Amino acid sequence: MAVVFQKTKGLTDKEMHYCPGCTHGIIHRLVAEVLEELDVLGDAIGVAPVGCSVLAYDYLNCDMHEASHGRAPAVATGIKRVRPENVVFTYQGDGDLASIGTAEIVHVAHRGEKITTIFVNNAIYGMTGGQMAPTTLIGQKATTAPLGRTVEHSGMPLKVSEMLATIDGAAFVERVTVDSPANVRKAKKAIKAAFECQLAGKGFSIVEVLSTCPTNWGMSPVESLGWLKDNMIPYYPLGNLRRPEEDK
Amino acid sequence: MAKILMKGNEAIGAAAIKAGCKYFFGYPITPQNEIPEYMSKELPKVGGVFLQAESEVSAINMVYGAAGAGGRVMTSSSSPGIALKQEGITYIAGAELPCVIVNIVRGGPGLGGIQPAQSDYNQATRGGGNGDYKLLVYAPANVQEMVDLVQEAFDAADYYRNPVMVMGDGMIGQMMEPIEFKEVKTRRELPSKPWITDGTKGNRKPNIINSLFLDAGELEDHNIRLQAKYAEMKEKEARYENYNMENPELVLVAYGTTSRIVKNAIDELKEEGINIGLIRPITLFPFPEKAFEDIPESCKGFMSVEMSMGQMIDDVKIAVNGRWPVGFFGRSGGVIPTPTGVKNAVKEMLGGAK
Ligand SMILES: Cc1ncc(C[n+]2csc(CCOP(=O)(O)OP(=O)(O)O)c2C)c(N)n1
Ligand code: SF4
Repeated sequence: MAVVFQKTKGLTDKEMHYCPGCTHGIIHRLVAEVLEELDVLGDAIGVAPVGCSVLAYDYLNCDMHEASHGRAPAVATGIKRVRPENVVFTYQGDGDLASIGTAEIVHVAHRGEKITTIFVNNAIYGMTGGQMAPTTLIGQKATTAPLGRTVEHSGMPLKVSEMLATIDGAAFVERVTVDSPANVRKAKKAIKAAFECQLAGKGFSIVEVLSTCPTNWGMSPVESLGWLKDNMIPYYPLGNLRRPEEDK
Repeated sequence: MAKILMKGNEAIGAAAIKAGCKYFFGYPITPQNEIPEYMSKELPKVGGVFLQAESEVSAINMVYGAAGAGGRVMTSSSSPGIALKQEGITYIAGAELPCVIVNIVRGGPGLGGIQPAQSDYNQATRGGGNGDYKLLVYAPANVQEMVDLVQEAFDAADYYRNPVMVMGDGMIGQMMEPIEFKEVKTRRELPSKPWITDGTKGNRKPNIINSLFLDAGELEDHNIRLQAKYAEMKEKEARYENYNMENPELVLVAYGTTSRIVKNAIDELKEEGINIGLIRPITLFPFPEKAFEDIPESCKGFMSVEMSMGQMIDDVKIAVNGRWPVGFFGRSGGVIPTPTGVKNAVKEMLGGAK
C-alpha cells in the first residue's frame, strides 16, 4: 500500500505538552518537515526559547540548545560563528523576541547573521498565564491589562516584521499564519524559503507566524482561529516583506 | 623564550590565543578595552572569530552558544559589565559548559569609577546569578601570573565543564611588566566532548544543551551533582602563596594587587623589627582554607586587607573559625591602599603606637 502521509523524521516521538488547539504544534511540525525535506536534519542546531515552546528541544529531532528568555539570537550567533557549516535556527515567542529580547533580534538581523528565526506571535504571554505582550492588540484583555490594552498606557502593538524589514542585514522577512490548510501550506513555503536563504548564505531570515493561544485568550480552538483571522491579520498583514534581490 | 614587556590586558589576550582560544565575544568597558581590541586584531590571524556584541548580555549568551557548539571561548569585561553577564553565567554553569570569563575589576557600586578595586569578590565567589553554582576564580597578582593562569583557566574549564573566572583589577590590567610565554601544555587529562551541538549527521541521538529541570527531584539531583563537582574543585584546585610565615605576630590575607602592597609593608615592618606574614589566595573559589591549618604559635591574629569594604573577610573568618581575632583594613572606590596605611593598621591591631 502506498504511503500518502507519515510522520516527519524531524519530530521525536515525545508527546507534546501544548494545550488543545494551540498552533505551536503545527508550527513545530512545519519546521521539522522543512528540515527533513531540505535534508539538513543532521546539520541543524536549534535554539529553544523561554515560553510555551521552552521544551521544543524535546520535540525537534536535531541538536538543540536552550536559551534564556530573549537571548536565543545571541546564543545562535555563538553557535553559528563556531559552526558556520551548520544550519542554525531559533524558535521564539513574542514575549521572548519582541520584549525581553528586542535588542538581540534587532542586532542579529543587523549583523546579517546567517541564521533563521521562527517567530511565533500569539499576541500574549502563554506560559506565564496570559500577561500582556508588546504584540497584544489594542482592546485585547490580558491579566496585566484587565480592561484591555490602550495606546495611551502601553503604546501600539509592535510590528516586529515591519521593523526588521527595514534592516539591511535581514535577507528574508515574511509573515504567515496557520489558521487554515491553505495558510499552513503558505507558511511552510515561507519557512522553507527562509532556511534556503540561510543555506545560500544570504543573511538573516525570519518568518513570523501568527498563532493562537486558546487557553489565555479564553476561547475554544475554533473561536481562536476566527479571532486570529478577524483581529490579528488586519493589524499584522500577511505577506513577504523582504527577500533576497535575485528571488524577487 | 626571551622576556617581553607587555600590558596586562594584552598579555591576557595573547595568553588566551596561545591556550587555543578561538572565539571571543565582548563589549567595551574601561579598564579592560585592550583585551577585545587585542583579540579583534589577533584572533582572525589564527582562524578564530572576534565579535563585538551589542551588549554584555548578548556577549555572554554568544559565549554560551559557542561553548555548547564546542568552541574554546572567552569573554572579558569589568564590574558593571560582569553584573550584566551574570544571567548568562548561571545558565552556562547550569548547562555545564566550559568558558573563560575575565573580570578586570573597577570600583562600584553602580557605575562606580574606572580605578582599580576588588569589590566584586562576593559577586565572583558567591555567584551574582541565580541558583546554587560556583565558578573557579583565579586572582593573579602580576602580569606573568595572569598569563600562566589563563592557560590553567581554559584547561580547568574543560576539565570541570564549568565557567572559570580570571579576576584582575584595573591596576594589573593596565600595568606593563616583563613576561615570558612558557611552553603551553596542559597538566590535565582533558575529557572529549561528545555532548557538543555540531549536528547529529544522522549518526547519533540529538544533543541538548540545557539547564531546565521542571521536575523538582531531577533539579535537586542535578544540584547535588554540581555540588560534588565544586567539592572536587575545593579538594584539588585551591592555591595560595605564603610569604614570611615563619614566626609572624600577625598574618595578613590579601590577593592580587593588594598582596603586592602588603608585601612591601611586611618588608618595611621587618626592618622595624615587626614580623608579619601573608597568605595570598591565588584561587578565591575555592578559598585556600588549608593555608590556615598549620599557623605558627607566634600568630596573635589575622587581618584581611582588601581594595573593598570587607568582602573576603567573611572567607578569612570561616577559615580561621574563631581560633584567632580577625581584623580588617580596606580602601575602596579606586583608592589603592599604601604600605604606610597597611603598616598603621597592623600596628593598631597589635596594640602598638603608630
Ligand atoms: C528572565 C526571565 N524573565 C521572565 C521569565 C518568565 N517567563 C517565562 S515564559 C514568559 C513569556 C513567554 O511568552 P512568549 O514568548 O510570548 O511565549 P508563549 O508562552 O506565548 O509561547 C515569561 C515572561 C523568565 N523565564 N525569565
Ligand atoms: S498557553 Fe497558549 S501558547 Fe501556551 S500551549 Fe497553551 S494555548 Fe499554546
